[in-house]
Amino acid sequence: MARRNTVVFFIILALFAFAICAIIYPLFGRDTMRLGLDLQGGIHLVYQADFSEVEPGTEAEAIDGAIAVIEKRINVLGVTEPLIQKQGSDRIVVELPGVSEVEKATSLIGETALLEFREQHVDENGKVTWVPATADINGEEKVLTSAYFKENTYVGQGQLGQIYLYFEWNEEGSEISSQVTGRLIGKPLAIFLSGQPLLGEDGQPIAPIVRSQITDRGQIEGLSLSEATELSRLLNAGRIPVPLTLIYEQTVSPILGADFVDMSLKAGLIGIILVMLFMIVYYRLPGALASLALIFYGAVVLAVFKLWPVTLTLAGIGGFVLSIGMAVDANVLIFERMKEEFATGRTLGAAIEAGFNRAWAAIRDSNVTTIIVCVILIWLGSSVVESAPVTGFAVTLLIGVLVSMFSAIIVTRTLLRLFVGSALAKRTSLFSVHQEKK
Amino acid sequence: MFDIAGKRFLFLIISEIVILIAIIALGVFGLKPGIEFSSGSLLAVNFEQEVNQAELEAEMASLGYSHVIIQRTGTGDFFIRTQEITAEEKTALEADLSARFGPLTEREFDSISSMVAGETVHNAIIAVAVAAVGILLYITWAFRKMPRPFHYGTCGIIALVHDVLVVTGVFAIMGVLLGWEINLMFITGVLAVIGYSINNTVVVFDRIRENLSKGISHDFEAVVNSSMVGTLSRSLNTSLTTLVVVLALMLFVGASIQNFAIAMLIGIVAGTYSSLFVAPTLLIVWERGEWGRLAFLRRAKVKEA
Repeated sequence: MARRNTVVFFIILALFAFAICAIIYPLFGRDTMRLGLDLQGGIHLVYQADFSEVEPGTEAEAIDGAIAVIEKRINVLGVTEPLIQKQGSDRIVVELPGVSEVEKATSLIGETALLEFREQHVDENGKVTWVPATADINGEEKVLTSAYFKENTYVGQGQLGQIYLYFEWNEEGSEISSQVTGRLIGKPLAIFLSGQPLLGEDGQPIAPIVRSQITDRGQIEGLSLSEATELSRLLNAGRIPVPLTLIYEQTVSPILGADFVDMSLKAGLIGIILVMLFMIVYYRLPGALASLALIFYGAVVLAVFKLWPVTLTLAGIGGFVLSIGMAVDANVLIFERMKEEFATGRTLGAAIEAGFNRAWAAIRDSNVTTIIVCVILIWLGSSVVESAPVTGFAVTLLIGVLVSMFSAIIVTRTLLRLFVGSALAKRTSLFSVHQEKK
Repeated sequence: MFDIAGKRFLFLIISEIVILIAIIALGVFGLKPGIEFSSGSLLAVNFEQEVNQAELEAEMASLGYSHVIIQRTGTGDFFIRTQEITAEEKTALEADLSARFGPLTEREFDSISSMVAGETVHNAIIAVAVAAVGILLYITWAFRKMPRPFHYGTCGIIALVHDVLVVTGVFAIMGVLLGWEINLMFITGVLAVIGYSINNTVVVFDRIRENLSKGISHDFEAVVNSSMVGTLSRSLNTSLTTLVVVLALMLFVGASIQNFAIAMLIGIVAGTYSSLFVAPTLLIVWERGEWGRLAFLRRAKVKEA
């Protein structure tokens, strides 16, 4: 019995050492805790897709296409570990950690990136407007746009340093283009982006005069290098196949996030120390051992968070803090039982064993109910109800409850057994128990 | 030994009154939705120089933002709530404000359209309801060897609903008095209260189960009473340790997590009360078919006296 206990003790020590190493050193390729957007700073966006113009039955395809396009566009921003995923059947969540320029991000993602070629139209009063340049293809009127570009545009520089954006028409595009440019020789052709004329470096609309019929390829001159490069990337990334509306945006500055992490760590630490003080004052030696178990608990939980890895959010920290308070609950249950058993005249060793055995049913049932709540919340939070805080809270609480059952029962019992039979165990005042004289 | 069971109507009537107030407050005032549950934008900024709140309010009004709520959260720190604005409008607003009050840093910017607003609360309610059914099933199963195991599950759920009502009721009242709003951290806090409440109740029930099978008395009321007294110090100690941790969280992490902490604080008090004085005493009331007395305040008092 005693030998087995010693073996368990060393296994616990090894686990503790491992947990500490895992927290301090990079292990299994994990250098740091994974922090959620609210703790790390960044941008959280939710887009709602409008399927009204999408052919029925192809909604899923359209959403996946939109996600692929957004991914390509986000790459332009150079964000590390962006998250772009489908939420439900008609929403897209975009998370950009460490980014704080929400305006740039939303304009880049929401950019329609459709260039429209327009020709001049003079009405009866002599007023000049730009109207879409169209061609008649098999009886259908089609507008000349970048939708007919091949996705291989590139930016080049002429001998005089002028910037060109080169593009190539696909089959349908070259038909429309040859009709339009054939009709407009000697006349200007302007380029519009999202209803606005594309402006050159000089601030003037880019509207070159058509010199010859263009069938397969062309170039746009006058943009600045950075504008041309971004436009080229957007064009190559393709068009988002379904209209998206931004319905939720959240920006957290990285400074605020870092503050939260600091403060939560401080709060967690102070919480643990106060709980340990309480346990030692109230339960003496067993309380001190339970405090050691609590340190073990804290280390193992943090190690699990880091290695899993669990994405820590503010709500997740809430779950963790709650689990600290509840971690000693099992010990409180056990020690109260121990006191009762000791009071009925059992020896200390017998009282300890009886305390653990008697308290087990209560510990099991109370923790199982918490586990059930957590599992249901995790399942719902990640499927039906789509709530990140709900999931974050439940995951950390679940890990906390599972680890606390181990630390409060196995660890505390092993430590207590080490003391049974030693000289210390004879000093019952250390156990804050009183035996009735019979 | 304390006679908790004998005074059950006193404890239950106190609960009834508190719950009644909570329900009325919820019905009359409702909960004040925070930014996450109503459409609009929230901008958290930090001014380098000290800024007067009234001046900031006046400046916002002169910039054409009519329904603005401004909250000072620290030296130079402000939460500015407006109608839904776009990222471009936000940039313009920041430029205007820094032109008037000096350099500022943006801490946080949230913008929520009305489409998502209602969903979150709705989803949380579904999650809580499903979790409650899960708890009911498990407790009924865990107490299957007891007579009427369903009573235990139901009384556990009643205690849980009791705690949630108290927490939301306090937020409804404080919403009117002090402008407390509910946000996602509040929802998380309510979830924590649920986990905490049921955990506590099960510990008391477990002792009832143990004492019943030991056969310490033929009188159900006596069994329940000695179980409540037996778990009293455990309940108080666990509440105290949890309370301490939540207080630390509230004092150090500050505004963002405050709603979670406050909901937890209220929930711990309500949960400790309900697990000791509501759930077990209801078992006796149910066992004896005394429901009628809960509805007649006067008669109950007379009999007790």
